[in-house]
Amino acid sequence: MILSILAATPIAGALVLALLPRGTSNHLPAKVVALGVSLVTLALSLAVLAQYEPSDGGYQLTEQHTWIKAFGAHYAVGVNGIAVTLVLLTTILVPIIILASFDDRLPDPKGTNAYFAWMLAVEGLALGAFMATDAFLFYVLFEATLIPLYFLIGTFGGPNRSYAAVKFLIYNLVGGLLMLAAIVGLYVVSSRQGDASYLLSDLKNLDMGQNTERLLFLGFMAAFAIKAPLWPLHTWLPDAAKEATPGTSVLMVSVVDKIGTFGMITWCLNLFPEAADWASPVIITLAVVSIVYGALLAIGQDDIRRLIAFTSVSHFGFIILGIFAFTSTSMAGSTLYMFNHGLSTAALFLVTGIMVSRRGSARISDFGGVQKIAPIMSGVLLLAGLSSLSLPGLAPFVSEFLVLAGTFTVSIPAAAVATLGIVLAALYILIMYQRTMTGPLAPGAMGVTELRPREIAALTPAIMLIIGLGFFPQPVLSAINPAVDTVVSHLGKSDPTPKTPTPIAESSDQAPTAEEGGH
Amino acid sequence: MSEYITLSMILFTIGAVGVLVRRNAIIVFMCVELMLNATNLAFVSFSRQHGNLDGQLAAFFVMVVAAAEVVIGLAIIISIYRTRRTTSVDDASLLKS
Amino acid sequence: MLDLQWLLIAIPLASGALLLVWGKESDRFGHLIGTAASAASFVLGVVLFVTLMGEGADDRSHAVSLFTWIDAGTFHVEMSFVYDQLSALFVLLITGVGTLIHVYSIGYMAHDERRRRFFAFLNLFVAAMLTLVLAGDYLVLFLGWEGVGLASYLLIGFWQHKPSAAAAAKKAFVVNRVGDIGMALAIMLMFAQFGTSAIAAVNAAAPGATDTVTTSLGLLLLLGACGKSAQVPLQSWLLDAMEGPTPVSALIHAATMVTAGVYLVVRSNAIFDASEVARTAVIIVGLVTLLAGAWIGCAKDDIKKALAGSTMSQIGYMMLAAGLGPAGYAFAVFHLITHGFFKANMFLGAGSVMHGMDDDVDMRHYGGLRTMMPVTFATFGLGYLAIIGVPPFAGFWSKDKIIEAAFGQNLWVGLGALLGAGVTAFYMTRLMIMTFLSEKRWREDVHPHESPRVMTWPLIGLAALSAVGGVLLLGDWIVEWLEPVVGHAEHHELAVPAIVLTLIITAVVAVGVVAAVAFYRREPIAGETPADDSVSLFARAGRHELYGNELNDALVVRPTTHLTRLLVWFDGKGIDGFVTGTADRLGDTSQLLRKPQTGYVRSYALMMFAGVAIVVLCLLAVTLA
Repeated sequence: MILSILAATPIAGALVLALLPRGTSNHLPAKVVALGVSLVTLALSLAVLAQYEPSDGGYQLTEQHTWIKAFGAHYAVGVNGIAVTLVLLTTILVPIIILASFDDRLPDPKGTNAYFAWMLAVEGLALGAFMATDAFLFYVLFEATLIPLYFLIGTFGGPNRSYAAVKFLIYNLVGGLLMLAAIVGLYVVSSRQGDASYLLSDLKNLDMGQNTERLLFLGFMAAFAIKAPLWPLHTWLPDAAKEATPGTSVLMVSVVDKIGTFGMITWCLNLFPEAADWASPVIITLAVVSIVYGALLAIGQDDIRRLIAFTSVSHFGFIILGIFAFTSTSMAGSTLYMFNHGLSTAALFLVTGIMVSRRGSARISDFGGVQKIAPIMSGVLLLAGLSSLSLPGLAPFVSEFLVLAGTFTVSIPAAAVATLGIVLAALYILIMYQRTMTGPLAPGAMGVTELRPREIAALTPAIMLIIGLGFFPQPVLSAINPAVDTVVSHLGKSDPTPKTPTPIAESSDQAPTAEEGGH
Repeated sequence: MSEYITLSMILFTIGAVGVLVRRNAIIVFMCVELMLNATNLAFVSFSRQHGNLDGQLAAFFVMVVAAAEVVIGLAIIISIYRTRRTTSVDDASLLKS
Repeated sequence: MLDLQWLLIAIPLASGALLLVWGKESDRFGHLIGTAASAASFVLGVVLFVTLMGEGADDRSHAVSLFTWIDAGTFHVEMSFVYDQLSALFVLLITGVGTLIHVYSIGYMAHDERRRRFFAFLNLFVAAMLTLVLAGDYLVLFLGWEGVGLASYLLIGFWQHKPSAAAAAKKAFVVNRVGDIGMALAIMLMFAQFGTSAIAAVNAAAPGATDTVTTSLGLLLLLGACGKSAQVPLQSWLLDAMEGPTPVSALIHAATMVTAGVYLVVRSNAIFDASEVARTAVIIVGLVTLLAGAWIGCAKDDIKKALAGSTMSQIGYMMLAAGLGPAGYAFAVFHLITHGFFKANMFLGAGSVMHGMDDDVDMRHYGGLRTMMPVTFATFGLGYLAIIGVPPFAGFWSKDKIIEAAFGQNLWVGLGALLGAGVTAFYMTRLMIMTFLSEKRWREDVHPHESPRVMTWPLIGLAALSAVGGVLLLGDWIVEWLEPVVGHAEHHELAVPAIVLTLIITAVVAVGVVAAVAFYRREPIAGETPADDSVSLFARAGRHELYGNELNDALVVRPTTHLTRLLVWFDGKGIDGFVTGTADRLGDTSQLLRKPQTGYVRSYALMMFAGVAIVVLCLLAVTLA
């Protein structure tokens, strides 16, 4: 029951906001209500976490009702370690986003209520998509997230917003359509083998022909690869990120795009294990191309927001690489990467969003020397940037290294080329930092004033988590591991064993832990 | 009976040609009415020929629909005339681009 | 007691974090907190060292695991530390020299409004460097490795308002990242091969691995070491790194961080022992860097860059020694320590000179500072004697042993190292003459003066260490001390007695000194750097850092820039062009289909009639047929 309440809370909040009178000129009531609702959702998700048993790899807190009997569609929700991680990411990020978006300059200030209402709607739908254990329900929620995002980009974005919004919508709808075809196909296959059912648990055991399985896999994968985005299906993201407000960009890249990579694990791998295995060489290649290509493109950008969008293309490449390497190490890394990338991209988008709104331009060449007048802002930018380039000690390093180390055991070339990404990441982040923050103060950059207390308050939780999880990723990993093991064993894969096991590995690993770990 | 049908065909053709060649909306409209009434005549004739009432029933429906259509159609024509000072159907082609 | 080793790291880390978040009110005393933290770490280091000395010789490796850092799938890494003979020496060097440099910085940075932040970064550096040397797992070592890289980035670019400093900081980080590819891949390979990256376990398993594995591991680690230790081919960042404040150059880019590569090789001794190819690669890298650095040191007029060239060269010596295997590991570490003393001493001395010369770094504007800065001169002079290898100063002992071991390996390697010793004597003498001796060539308005006590006392301390550092070799103490870690070396008999070789080395050094004196005392030194075309090819190449930057530009930077531009074009025109092109084609098709929709009611009606007629005809055709 608590999961339904969790997803319904932001939706209800969105409705309340939509009905709220427009009110005063600063629209404070709407903002406070939105923040309050998102905090209640966060509290609820912590309650979910409290009831969640991390050592169990299956779905927990499940709920199931028949929805459309004729199709075999159910209202079925539940969380496993992967889902609960992403639920937590969503509920942590949304209050941060809302707090950071208080002063967003909207094209029409009268739309403030709608702005925050749509944000809450995205949160509710995304939570639903992460928790759905019924393919039909998942599909509906997955597609439904497009609606609020379309309005967020198209109504509240920059000058070229309608082009970006339409591109975003159509691109994603094409993927969604292919997935719809696969959903219909699933019904056909499922109804031929007794009662039709869209439940994940039933679909997992479905007996499909080889070709059917591959076609259905491609239908799902197309939607997820566009959403995630995987090279060469990425071109909607930079345009959308450039036009959207920073808050919308974070929702889009940090939360909604994760449904794509989440879907790959939960739906593609669970439903079509053999087809996934069949397609993995191609997908791994595309993922590696994404990593290098996204990074190189990021180096070549002059617009900060497009730059961050391309860094995300690169990072999503890592996530997808880890998923399709089919080792428990890399897949756990990918799942953790989703969480960490959400945090680090949120910090990057939000702090650069503040910079852009103060400067009135997103061109890197319009900045320069800002460090002198805004040291805290430049510190936050540097820290967020360092997390994006996976500096050890910050959260994304752990996940990136797990992905690489796991991939290395099955494909040395893929891991080696992907490792090039760490140099390119240093380039795009440090070039951006150098051009915006260092050197003499650029003539037009006087207005880029220091972060205000509210902005610091919004960014602090993300920064704390980035640092904290860099040293103590284990609480999250311990929830992820059992769920990932379940997926890997469902795939029929086992981790490659070390070729030259060390003679003293056992004793040296464990003796100090047991005896001296407490110091 | 075929005389009636022939007359109906002739009337229908006149109406159709009128719709196609005339530009004045009122005349086009009257031509449409002419086509409707030609069909009515055909309905009634066939009704008589087959000896049941189905055709007459249909004729009544057509009359009712035609009456409604006249009301709406004339209203549209008048409002177009008021705004554009013309009743030429060729001028009412704003949807073209 | 030895379990407290984590405190060594925790103290400066906590202090650094505190100084970063504490507001302006701590500006007045922030530097004192930073210095105290470093000193506390040093005191603890001494206590731990004494405790370690008290343990039995075979019982001096003390491992501790704080918590499980990462455990996912088959990947398991403990946040583990090892305090043993090797790390103990490094702890003393880092915290000892580090503390002296903290003290020095109080004076050097006195007028900088961001001094508190400077100390915070220094503290972070000390913490990261200690993590690096105490790490019990390669991934933890990598954490420290990147931590020192970050501290180095922050400190090189400390004066961010200078575009050159910001560019140098970025360059240092990026070049180091190239080396990090090697480190990262090495750790992945360990994980794939051995199932662990714990240093002890990997070293234990390395002898059992295949040649391919150990050679790959060795070369990958060497790539990492080249980045951090500014060895050829990843040397280009070190000279630019001199943009940072001078204490930073002394601590990070001379005494400690740049020697991390040597530490890595020594720490991974089992891997290198198992692979002849990797060892040879280390020797070649060391030898090439040794000579290249010395060459650059001969030609630079910027005092810090001349010293940086010298640092490269001296680390080349250490690398060379480390590549010699068990015969050289201990001497590599020995030279690393003595170099830490005398090079930090000389960098701080250079800082003291700059302090008196209004931050001018051009030696052509110096001259005759001997009388104006007696303490700086005296301490710098001791460092000078140590580095060129005049007996009985520290550098003599360590360099002598390395050259001796090099001759034991191969005649040519030995001759290369010997040549390096001569060139070292040449460029250091040149530096001494241009700075302290010769005639005054000061700019107007420059009034050289001795630095305050807070700066000279660390100089005196380091000078003393430079003078007596050789005692570590008394009775082969350092060799025996490190033997449990790096293994026992069979002693090779040389063709000539060791004492003869020592005499030869000393003679070569004397030749270098005499050559420099002859060259630079012959005629007055020009007050400006002579133009490129008026100097020999040799000097021109040295001045341009052997065209390393040009080479990087041509081979890496420009191709990458072009590739990036090409890809940006391709992304817009190719991929997105395809997408928008598809949309445009769809639009064109609808344009075509729109044509019949003329907007004329009559044409619609005609089409309707035509349609009806066709349908009727079809029906008729079907019925009749």
